[in-house]
Amino acid sequence: MKFVDEFRAADKAQDYADAIAAKTTRDWSIMEVCGGQTHAIVKYGIDALLPDAITLIHGPGCPVCVTAADIIDTAIAIVAMPGVIFCSFGDMARVPSTHGSLLEAKAAGGDLRLVYSPIEALQIARENPQKEVVFFAVGFETTAPATAMAAYRAKQEGLKNFSMLVSHVLVPPAIEALMRTPACRVDGFLAAGHVCTIMGWHEYQPLADQYGVPIIVTGFEPVDILQGIYMCVSQLEEGRTALENQYSRVVRPQGNVAAQEMVWRVFEVAAQEWRGIGVIPKSGLQLREAFEDFDAERRFTISHRPTSDNGACISGEILQGLKKPMDCPAFGKRCTPMSPLGATMVSSEGACAAYYQFRRDDDVDERQN
Amino acid sequence: MAHGAGGRLSDQLITGLFRQCFDDVELARGHDGAVLALEHEGTNPGKLAFTTDSYVVNPLFFPGGDIGSLAVFGTANDLAMCGARPLFLSVAFILEEGLEMAILARVVQSMAAAAKQASIRIVTGDTKVVERGHGDGIFISTSGCGLVPDDRQVGPENIAPGDAILVNGDIGRHGIAVMASRQGLSFETPLESDCAPLVDAVEALFDAELSVHCMRDMTRGGLASTVVEIAERAGMDAELEEADIPVSDSVRGACEILGFDPLYVANEGRFALYVPETDTEAALAILRKHHPQARRVGKVLGLGKGRVGMRSLIGGIRPVDMLVGDQLPRIC
Repeated sequence: MKFVDEFRAADKAQDYADAIAAKTTRDWSIMEVCGGQTHAIVKYGIDALLPDAITLIHGPGCPVCVTAADIIDTAIAIVAMPGVIFCSFGDMARVPSTHGSLLEAKAAGGDLRLVYSPIEALQIARENPQKEVVFFAVGFETTAPATAMAAYRAKQEGLKNFSMLVSHVLVPPAIEALMRTPACRVDGFLAAGHVCTIMGWHEYQPLADQYGVPIIVTGFEPVDILQGIYMCVSQLEEGRTALENQYSRVVRPQGNVAAQEMVWRVFEVAAQEWRGIGVIPKSGLQLREAFEDFDAERRFTISHRPTSDNGACISGEILQGLKKPMDCPAFGKRCTPMSPLGATMVSSEGACAAYYQFRRDDDVDERQN
Repeated sequence: MAHGAGGRLSDQLITGLFRQCFDDVELARGHDGAVLALEHEGTNPGKLAFTTDSYVVNPLFFPGGDIGSLAVFGTANDLAMCGARPLFLSVAFILEEGLEMAILARVVQSMAAAAKQASIRIVTGDTKVVERGHGDGIFISTSGCGLVPDDRQVGPENIAPGDAILVNGDIGRHGIAVMASRQGLSFETPLESDCAPLVDAVEALFDAELSVHCMRDMTRGGLASTVVEIAERAGMDAELEEADIPVSDSVRGACEILGFDPLYVANEGRFALYVPETDTEAALAILRKHHPQARRVGKVLGLGKGRVGMRSLIGGIRPVDMLVGDQLPRIC
């Protein structure tokens, strides 16, 4: 069995779409949390397969999109410093902030290296002892274990020239913050499959109980998402509010215990600012005291210039599922992947980028012309 | 960097600056090479195809090729894509101070072998050396020329509604092989670039007297960018079938892990071929003699704004466009 092909089969997708239509007797709004799921929904046209009564709302699960502008500004300030090698994931490098993007800082002479993992950044630090190497540690719980491992190894090896600019975010507090928003209309959630692969699903049970919403841990292929929606709609129609696991071929209830242990060895929970949303308590990670030597914000003195976000950008409302990209007057006009106003148009997991790439139609092109 | 990636920003730079300033009718055609009618004292010797390219690949040596073979095949292929029989190549080296002679020798020997394979002669050249730190080891710039027989008209302007879009083999090998080599990534099944000369396959198509409307090798930007560019130049809409696009398991696996779309990954031995639907089977039979994975992947719809759509695996059509710059791997 090739896991990818089975979960992209057209006939299975249609079977689930039919089953959802047969089950649905009233309007339901379901939020998929993860940007990777948003991308798949838009790319494969999954929403078009669903009955009109089902509305899919795109959630804040795009790590690049929710990274606060002022930490990107800090990153840009560090990359410009002499003697620094700044390592970042590629997607992060294009995001516009108050003073341009990391890629623009690179074009201006900063030593920016695009890496696939923090372990690569560690290797760069070992190979360049005379330089200060900084890793931009962003992402949800999925990427936190690798970042933790990098800090752990750096400490073990006594590396003096390695530090991290940390901006990790946690999903469950974001879901809770959304549920507390008065404008929130979400009836059920598709939880992020890869986050749960690491963290397990125990954190979601209290949310399901307290807010009375079904939560389905869901994968990323079209049939995964349709199956997740079917499970969610079934619960809603039957008046149940339980936690279920659609992504059972990958996610175990306890998650990846070794990964979790590494995360909690190095990090502790802290308040975190989410770009476009605001500060959510206990929703981010910061380095524990034992690892604070590896905190780039302590190691470098940055004079903080005022941060500002583009006033025309409504990413915050999009990330909270209150608006869709086409609701934005700048979408496809002033704001395109070539000239993005905000992070959701830059990241491959951003809703605006997904809609622009896969949903552009005559309407958008009219507005462009 | 995005201006060199073969996507929208590259396109903007070429259309908005270079074409405007240089202001030449042949340049405006926007094909892989210029096809120039030659006239001398009243006689008409035919059409000259003239093309240029630069090679800046890193690492210099990768599974399936090196910067030298890439340079020779790439330029010879651009000539073949114009319908030309490749004739002559010029090679200009920009070498970085400190480059080992043994490395240069390896590259040059590879170029000699590639030139024989591609039936092209290296007839002139130049060498410059830049200071350490000002180059990536070796940069190679080439120009190539060939002769286009009078009865051949190949280019986006010749495409007709209903034309079939074919590819001569599975896509995505080169880009993934180079990236894997650069990043030190290794896969269970070793990935090799598809870097190869296309002239034999192209000449076989003409020998069979098929109506070759357009050809283009699918280099930076991949199959998707190639088809979009041709659609825009031709002013015709086109449609691809995702299920019919050949991608090897190894390339697919690597793309899945890294979050790349094979449609946008560079190829160096693959081209898109536009022929009337009635010539499809004959063309595939010829292409499959060189590569068994040759496939019909789509068709030209008709006059339009140059939009390309793709029918996805689960049904439904989604737009296909050029990317802004390079593909970047996903985070989580």
